[in-house]
Amino acid sequence: MSDNKPSGRMDANAVDYWRASIRLIFICLAIWFVCSYGFGILFVDALNTIQIGGFKLGFWFAQNGSIYVFLALIFFYASRMNVIDREHGVHED
Amino acid sequence: MDLKTLTYIVVGLTFAIYIGIALWTRAASTGEFYVAGGGVHPIVNGMATGADWMSAASFISMAGLIAFLGYGGSVYLMGWTGGYVLLAMLLAPYLRKYGKFTVPEFIGDRYYSKTARLVAVVCLIFISFTYVAGQMRGVGIVFSRFMEVEILTGLIVGMSIVFVYAVLGGMKGVTYTQVAQYVVLILAYTVPAVFIAVQLTGNPLPQLAFGSKLSDGSGYMLDRLNQVVTDLGFAAYTAGNKSTIDVFAITCALMVGTAGLPHVIVRFFTVPKVRDARSSAGWALVFIALLYTVAPAVGAMARFNLTTTVQTGVVGSPEGNLSYEQRPDWMKRWETTGLLKFQDLNGDGRIQYYNDKNKAFAEKAASFGWKGSELKVDNDIMVLANPEIAKLPNWVIALVAAGGIAAALSTAAGLLLVISSSISHDLLKGTLTPDMSEKAELMAGRIAAAVAILIAGYLGYNPPGFVAQVVAFAFGLAASSLFPVIIMGIFSKTINREGAIAGMLTGLFFTFGYILYFKGIFITPMADNIPANWLFGISPEGIGTVGMVLNFAVAFAVSKVTAPPPREVQELIEHIRLPYGAGTAQSH
Repeated sequence: MSDNKPSGRMDANAVDYWRASIRLIFICLAIWFVCSYGFGILFVDALNTIQIGGFKLGFWFAQNGSIYVFLALIFFYASRMNVIDREHGVHED
Repeated sequence: MDLKTLTYIVVGLTFAIYIGIALWTRAASTGEFYVAGGGVHPIVNGMATGADWMSAASFISMAGLIAFLGYGGSVYLMGWTGGYVLLAMLLAPYLRKYGKFTVPEFIGDRYYSKTARLVAVVCLIFISFTYVAGQMRGVGIVFSRFMEVEILTGLIVGMSIVFVYAVLGGMKGVTYTQVAQYVVLILAYTVPAVFIAVQLTGNPLPQLAFGSKLSDGSGYMLDRLNQVVTDLGFAAYTAGNKSTIDVFAITCALMVGTAGLPHVIVRFFTVPKVRDARSSAGWALVFIALLYTVAPAVGAMARFNLTTTVQTGVVGSPEGNLSYEQRPDWMKRWETTGLLKFQDLNGDGRIQYYNDKNKAFAEKAASFGWKGSELKVDNDIMVLANPEIAKLPNWVIALVAAGGIAAALSTAAGLLLVISSSISHDLLKGTLTPDMSEKAELMAGRIAAAVAILIAGYLGYNPPGFVAQVVAFAFGLAASSLFPVIIMGIFSKTINREGAIAGMLTGLFFTFGYILYFKGIFITPMADNIPANWLFGISPEGIGTVGMVLNFAVAFAVSKVTAPPPREVQELIEHIRLPYGAGTAQSH
């Protein structure tokens, strides 16, 4: 939905920065979707045929695993964004 | 010391801490009142967000819901945590960069329209009051059960405490009180869970315990639980009884609704920097996950304990069921609250608890001489009764009471604050009386908070019959009205005023109408709330997902055929996309 038409003030670096941010968000949200909606809902029956310890795998993703993935994703995103901020010189202070 | 005295001491002590913090952190300016001056450390903010977010519903009701829904309860677990990923990546950093006080203010500026701002205020107030009523009911339940006082007395005490720290302290007071409340509620939730996990499986980590083997040597806990419940005609615990599309839609509506809830979004206006807003969402989820990863274990263990307490022997044998005379003390205590009911339908003096809606099993049960399930257990008591079921010491029970109150009060305070700031800042300062001084605005904010507390107390005392139903409203409306326009406001430069207003109204009316059609809030429902009647098989709980898609589609289509946003709005969008130059949150 985003259009990248620069409206004068937005320079090439800012456009670049925005593309890099969107790419990172896209990758993170793809993993987010696969681990919750995919493993926990759409493919839950298939994954439930695999049992690890006392957990059926699909059930575990739906009730516990997806939350751990969410956590890892946010911290990965936050640290990657700090790097991208610096690379483009748009970081704070 | 008896339980009642101990409960009074523990709860009284926590109240003293909350008030002490309130006096120590009085707000002096509108900046401190609305966003705590914008100087809250991201980890502190994460903890406060956790307490703000985890309401009486999370603390008291969720594990009980999971206990009875099994896999179906996953919608709450994924739905109420996954939204933080959206918040961290799509909303928090950009709204922090924008650097104002409220969500309607952003919508009004981005869509250069007071109408858009007012529509957002209406959505916000409706969503927030729905929520507050639920919190006050939670306070009432805890007070009436554990402190044995009238619900009204409990409400007045609870309202007075919130009054002191929300009205005096504003966002600053609320933030630091929420940190204390988080500590109380997480201890109250996890301590009993650890005890029960050790009792059942010997593994002290609840997250692992419900996937471990039972101490009595009968195999893995979840396998055993599946067997115990299916023996009584219930669906297997690890399998669902909802359709895949409905599970999908409900999870999505809860996730997106979470990210669109104004009292959650506004917490990220309080941190110093854009990069703090990103990591703070992660910290918030760390603190939330501590409870949310324990909840499914609590649910499974509670269901197992309850079922095996009642079904003591072989299903169908006359001695297989608990005799009513020998029922444990916790059952007697909860019977007096009316949340646990026993009716001896077949007159044998024993408790039969099974799924009498399962036709095949009901026939089998009839051959045992059973005449219907005789025990009714309210979802809400599973967490509160848990320490009693597990025979834990009295101080743990007192702690759970304090935890339930902390969860309800912290969320209520956060909600009251967004209500008051949207009235004083968006409605009065932003629209009706723009030339009011900061001092007058601060006073207006305090008066609005006080009035909101009174209304919330009234709703808690006279819960409209529909409190439980409107919870679906709050998430559905947040998902279908506020979330899409905020996202489009950041990620698109082409969505304009006309598109946003049309989109918000479409999402709002569609979702509102659909829920009204099946649930009938002020009117009688127009159709039976059953899967056969639902649109695409999506229940009213999940319809916010469809409302959201409609909002996006309408906003996009309308924006295509109307004039694009003016140049200064395009520059505003470019400005919020880049982190540098974010000052502390400030007034204009």
